Amino acid sequence: MDAFKDVSRRQFFRASAGGAASLVIGFYLPARSILAMAQETAAPAPAKLPSPNAFLRIGADESVTVLLAHSEMGQGIWTTLPILIAEELECDWSKIRVEHAPAAPAYFHTAFGIQMTGGSTSTWSEFDRYRQAGALAREMLIQAAAAQWKVDPKSCRAEEGFVVCGGKKLSFGKLAAAAQKLTPPSRVELKTSKEWKRIGKPTRRLDSREKVTGRAEFGLDVRFPGLMTAVVARAPVFGGKVKSFRAEKAKATPGVKAVVQVPSGVAVVAEHFWAAKVGRDALEIEWDLGPGSELDTEKMREDFRALSQKPGLKAAAAGDVETAMRGAGTKIEAEYELPYLAHATMEPLNCTVKPGRDGCEIWTGTQFQTGDQAAAASVFGLETEQVKIHTTFLGGGFGRRATPSSHFVVEAAHVAKSAGMPVKVVWTREDDMRGGYYRPMWMHRLNAGLGGDGLPIAWRQTIVGQSILEGTPFAKMMIKEGVDETSVEGAADSPYLKAIPNHWIGLHSPRPGIPVLWWRSVGHSHTGFVVESFVDELAGAAKLDPLEYRRRLLKDHPRHLGVLNLAAEKAGWGNPLPQGTFRGIAVHESFGSFVAQVAEVSVEKNRIRVHRVVCAVDCGICVNPSGVAAQMESGVVFGLTAALYGEVRFKEGRVQQSNFHDYPLLRLHEMPRVETHIVASSEKSGGIGETGVPPIAPAVANAVFAATGKRIRRLPLRLA
Amino acid sequence: MKLIVNGKEHEVMTPGETPLLWVLRDFLGLTGTKYGCGMAQCGACTVHIDDQAVRSCVLPVGAVAGRSVTTIEGLSSAELHPVQRAWIETDVVQCGYCQPGQIMAAAALLKVKAKPSDADIDAALCGNLCRCGTYQRIRAAVRRASEIAGA
Amino acid sequence: MRTSRDSGLRNVLLIALGGAALLANATRFSATPAPVAAVSEQEGLAAFETVRAVLQHPRCQNCHIPGDAPLQFDEGRPHAQNVLRGPDGKGAPGFACGTCHFTANPPASWGPHMPPGAPNWHLPPPQTKMVFIGVSSGELCRTLKDEKANGGKDLAALLEHVSHDKLVLWGWSPGVGRDPVSPPHAEFAAKFKVWVDAGAPCPR
Repeated sequence: MDAFKDVSRRQFFRASAGGAASLVIGFYLPARSILAMAQETAAPAPAKLPSPNAFLRIGADESVTVLLAHSEMGQGIWTTLPILIAEELECDWSKIRVEHAPAAPAYFHTAFGIQMTGGSTSTWSEFDRYRQAGALAREMLIQAAAAQWKVDPKSCRAEEGFVVCGGKKLSFGKLAAAAQKLTPPSRVELKTSKEWKRIGKPTRRLDSREKVTGRAEFGLDVRFPGLMTAVVARAPVFGGKVKSFRAEKAKATPGVKAVVQVPSGVAVVAEHFWAAKVGRDALEIEWDLGPGSELDTEKMREDFRALSQKPGLKAAAAGDVETAMRGAGTKIEAEYELPYLAHATMEPLNCTVKPGRDGCEIWTGTQFQTGDQAAAASVFGLETEQVKIHTTFLGGGFGRRATPSSHFVVEAAHVAKSAGMPVKVVWTREDDMRGGYYRPMWMHRLNAGLGGDGLPIAWRQTIVGQSILEGTPFAKMMIKEGVDETSVEGAADSPYLKAIPNHWIGLHSPRPGIPVLWWRSVGHSHTGFVVESFVDELAGAAKLDPLEYRRRLLKDHPRHLGVLNLAAEKAGWGNPLPQGTFRGIAVHESFGSFVAQVAEVSVEKNRIRVHRVVCAVDCGICVNPSGVAAQMESGVVFGLTAALYGEVRFKEGRVQQSNFHDYPLLRLHEMPRVETHIVASSEKSGGIGETGVPPIAPAVANAVFAATGKRIRRLPLRLA
Repeated sequence: MKLIVNGKEHEVMTPGETPLLWVLRDFLGLTGTKYGCGMAQCGACTVHIDDQAVRSCVLPVGAVAGRSVTTIEGLSSAELHPVQRAWIETDVVQCGYCQPGQIMAAAALLKVKAKPSDADIDAALCGNLCRCGTYQRIRAAVRRASEIAGA
Repeated sequence: MRTSRDSGLRNVLLIALGGAALLANATRFSATPAPVAAVSEQEGLAAFETVRAVLQHPRCQNCHIPGDAPLQFDEGRPHAQNVLRGPDGKGAPGFACGTCHFTANPPASWGPHMPPGAPNWHLPPPQTKMVFIGVSSGELCRTLKDEKANGGKDLAALLEHVSHDKLVLWGWSPGVGRDPVSPPHAEFAAKFKVWVDAGAPCPR
């Protein structure tokens, strides 16, 4: 983060966007090592800067336009990044406008070196860059005013969209043109946290109005004259290929314009979605299915179970587990399982591609602009800069729209190229549900030995599941000695292990050939459930209160303890509950933030109902408490849906689920009351979009154990 | 075929079996009504027909000829509808994709029940999925909308 | 008792056990019209067994529920989406049956799992639930004939209703992926008429 302190180390540039009378602030950051890694497959090194290219534009009409280097997919970055700019700029908040930035190196992630949104990183990774953009603009506006008034800039200040000096006052809009001509300062002072007016105050979202009026444009809503819609028939099993097909009936469907074969299947291109879908359903395709048709969930479970009996590759180790285990008074063994899961974003996947002579334009809700841009360029044989990406709002992301393979963009590019016309490829819900890129299925085998005080002296955990990163550009950096960090995060680095002198975390990464992907909270989505459930089991075996047991194990982890104690206190841990209601607790760190949740649960006729969730979060500096609370509520619902319902299964290679009737999501009447408490902190900001997810499943499973005495070690939680 | 959408008459040339949703989106350009499931499971496509909430994804357009359809674009004119105002005040939206459907469902509820109980809200809106999990704020916003409308 | 084989067996039993007890039972309903022509009470009771089997078919009984949450599918699981009967049998305020169920089934080409439709898709109102689930043959029969429960229909009106009402008829054309009620509607309507003509006798 040090690089951000000194503006002069970066190339500052101004561009004439929005006419001469505007001030444009932007930075160009040289790519860092991860970029080089991620670009080996496709993306070239950052070259010339496209225009317009800026983080901030101040218009003569007083508008302050913030360009987002990250995609708004619900997490609220549309509001968070403007808060950072406004904090330093001292503008009139009501004049803020927000746009997604184009795909360009200027917007590369400050830590990952490609333009992307993921890993709950947007706020902390932009915390300095966006504040500095605001501060730079403020200083230039002050200089412009001071020059006009012939006063010392130090005697001026910015306030609510004006530069003020004594009794004089000029608006930002009136100063923008003059400020644009100035040489930017090489250093800017950022406010100290005590001076913050906006950071830390609950702020309402800036995208509400367009989203409640239906005007917000999602990828699926893109329209322009001549745009066709395509629906693609893809193989019924993963890895299947088209052997032959007949398109007569499809072509005879009114509205169908073309039928084209692409690497992923056969696309029906039509004047509108319905014609394309009817046409797609009328295709007669013979598939070469390949070995994918043998996939079977039950068979995979057996294979995973067999693997879990073997140690696997070392992800973490200390001491001598075998010896310690022999000496333990109490020994506990358990097997935990989690299924494949679909992201099931409300907006199904889609991508619009307009091929042109000198380049192509793409409209899509993506979390991965740089990769998508390069991948589309390679389909068309274009230079990267010739591919223009318009990022629309994302109707949910959760990782699904950050695909290292850029598969949905590549496919749309192939369809548009083959059809020779602008095409929007739309995935039906069924296509989306059955299209793979799932959260992997996981099996964990655990053994623990307890010492005389009931605390573990030995812990062995063998994890079995597909690597997300294998075969992607991220593999080189994040798979170390065969261990995909995202497979074991939250387990291999668990704070509990610090208190357990003898431990071993092993990993098997089988390759059943199912496309897998990060799914909101990634590895923590399984390790959080397993570790926090198993610790609860150990507490039970030690006949200790689950809260007290965690406190003892986490005594050297103040931030874990902080949220644990806060959640317990606010939930009234230990106080009586209404008849039939029981509590469970869990705490988990992920993405630099700490979350503890206490769930209040009842069980009636084997049906689990969650009534209340008390959530404590320590995310370091909290930019927008309203947004943080929203993400905690969101994480609880997302995690609870997986805990109670989520499961993608395979039979003869076919995905058994297809739509929301067989892949149910939590509904309004099942929504628990979620109370979020934010720990006041001056630590560096952590992630927030994903961190609410990991603790809820174990908190509920632990409550179900309290209610029924049954320890459920498999998700989704089923009592009968 | 003649369609009345948001008070305007449209002539649409399409087979009567085409779902209303796709006529609204692809023929009339009213993209505020969303596609989520195509089988009345998620509610993202909710519109009003003669004041009643209806899932447009499973309604053949032929069945609507001559009836009055209202979409999210037609819910309010100069001033936002109380439900929309309440949604903004309560900071409900996240990704926002399901929200037009949620809002249309909430508006339909308030038409028949101006002061809904918590149970009424749960019963009326549980046909609308939200993957971002904005349910808690939706509940609060419907209550707030009822206050705004009654004020 | 819901399969056709069971009903056959039951018919035999009823006939074998006929006689005084059944006659005595039938006479309790003195308000019912006198048997028409030559349809015997035994024939009427046998015909009612077909009526019962139809009414207690999932296509029919899933909405004739004792509680307030309708059922769906052959196994009669609670209707998804927390669907409720509502104050008038037409669903919860704001979430009417008609939100998803229209006046006809969606086109067959749309495939299975689509919400079926028929005119006036609704449940019985809460005041007169007309429960078909978990009731004995006799209870079902008495409920059916009770004009306070059946919307003021006398036997002639009932016969007309089961013969021609479009929502009733939907049970025999329930759309893709759903088994229709058996036996065929014509047979059901004929048996219903036999039962009515026999004076609508109710089993014990």
